[in-house]
Amino acid sequence: MTTTTSATRTVVTPGAPARRPRGVRKAHEGSRAEATTAWLFLAPFLLIFLLFTGIPAVLAIGASLTDMSARDIRDPLNVNFTGFDGFAAIIGNPGFQSAFLNTVLFVVLCVPISMGLGLALALMLNNGIRRLKTFFRAAAYIPVITNIVAAAVIWQYAFSITGPVNSVLGSLGLPEPNWLGESGWAITTVVAMGVWRTTGTCMILFLAGLQAVPEEIYEAAATDGAGPWRRLWSITLPLLRPTTLLVTVLQTVSFLNIFEEPYLLTKGGPLGSTKSIALWVYEQFGFGNVSASMAGSVLLLVLVGVVAIVQFRILRPKH
Amino acid sequence: MKTLSPTRQAFNYTALAVITVFMLLPFVWVFFGSFKTQGEFLANPGAWFPETFQIDNYIQLFRDRGFGDYMMNSFIVSSVAIAGNVVFSAMAGYALAKLRFRGKNVVFPLVIASMIVPYVALFVPQFVIVVQMGLVDSLIAIILPVLTLPLCVFIMRQFAHGVPYELMEAARLDGAGEARIFFRVFLPLTGPGLATVAILSFLTSWNNFLWPLVVAQSQDTYTAPVGLSVASQASNSISFGLLLAGAMVVLLPILILFLFLQKYFIQGVAATGLK
Repeated sequence: MTTTTSATRTVVTPGAPARRPRGVRKAHEGSRAEATTAWLFLAPFLLIFLLFTGIPAVLAIGASLTDMSARDIRDPLNVNFTGFDGFAAIIGNPGFQSAFLNTVLFVVLCVPISMGLGLALALMLNNGIRRLKTFFRAAAYIPVITNIVAAAVIWQYAFSITGPVNSVLGSLGLPEPNWLGESGWAITTVVAMGVWRTTGTCMILFLAGLQAVPEEIYEAAATDGAGPWRRLWSITLPLLRPTTLLVTVLQTVSFLNIFEEPYLLTKGGPLGSTKSIALWVYEQFGFGNVSASMAGSVLLLVLVGVVAIVQFRILRPKH
Repeated sequence: MKTLSPTRQAFNYTALAVITVFMLLPFVWVFFGSFKTQGEFLANPGAWFPETFQIDNYIQLFRDRGFGDYMMNSFIVSSVAIAGNVVFSAMAGYALAKLRFRGKNVVFPLVIASMIVPYVALFVPQFVIVVQMGLVDSLIAIILPVLTLPLCVFIMRQFAHGVPYELMEAARLDGAGEARIFFRVFLPLTGPGLATVAILSFLTSWNNFLWPLVVAQSQDTYTAPVGLSVASQASNSISFGLLLAGAMVVLLPILILFLFLQKYFIQGVAATGLK
């Protein structure tokens, strides 16, 4: 990908305008016919991409700077420009603030738990057992591909006050919590479902990372007398660093965007205790506050971008 | 392969078995729960297993609750999405990996960057656009945003890199045109990539929820997940048995495909990791 630019750089003489000699250009950029073919082949994708991702992203930022409401959806250009007033308003809004804190709580709980479980599964499956590997891997992976609406229906049934979970707890003489109706328990249930749904992804990515770690390193370490924990800490984890970085970023981004679990399980309740930023944004759209909804989603976009960049900076492999 | 002590293996098997039980419990609940009758839910809501296997819930679901139509809508949406993604992402991936043109270094980074944009930032503007196009409450509106997914283009670009230039050049010297090279040389060599894209676009379109929820405004356009979610919102008037049967019906196509094509499902995730 960078070959074009680096080749160009070498032929530029100081003081002369940066112009590619004909021969070089031909070799690296192909013929005009090739370019036409390329754009034709890209056209269907680009059309959909612009219409449903590119333009909406620009529109979202635009709408967040206006006073757009539900009435304006049929005539979206007829709105007043209000600058950053919408952002100031939602940052001071207690509902948005609590949604922000709830989202941070989901990230802080779900990311480490799902990654820890996923890594443990990957380590055990990679070289901890001999048989049934495919079965265990499939079992941990099925929740990932499960339809979220179906999953939520199942969880609502299982964790209802008189449901199957509590009937087991009751018969064991344990307390039977109101899983979905009490703040602390509702957060626990949403987190549990988030972990259940994403552990399989972490496992697969860690497995792929582990397969790149050469077996000989372990054998050398074992002959040097390093125990299993020592090998994990001093060899596996450092070598897995790029994978860990990737999984951390993917998981953090996905839980910053958490929507379906709270929307379907608890509607964000009780008393807004499980309402995430994404769910708040969705609700504002439902109330007709389009500009507030867009300002919230732009803030979420900024948050996601900043967190991703910071994580790449901190966790990047050291040279 | 180094040796594993029996104690360590025993520990690992136990730990894996425990985790597996927790991962699969919801499927046990939904399967057995879907056969419990309304009366059983009232009398003994916490029972894990039905007294007898009654299929009343399934019959009601399809006869009285319109689930047949919702499933049909979902099948239509997913079929078109699979076809669109396979064809269009193969074309785009080919162009991005194998053809040289000005602007390539702008298009690809844009596609990658777009993948981190939160979906909640996009659905309102998408809705505005669909309203302007006069497509609200149509299956076309549900399909369009998933017709060619950036992730599928990314995957096909990865697979396209594996196709040797020499084969394409040889075909070109034989006088083959670009279209012919694409169909006769490129496509046959990217089978596993196409399969991965097909599975991934099936999953994305079948499980798509927020967008169809916003854009499907009458029962004629409900997809199965939207129908299920709307029914569960009215859960005071509808029994868990019906909802669980609905959940089973929504899950079955995914589970059946997974049983046979596990490899491609997992390749799809591994591919997201390559980002």
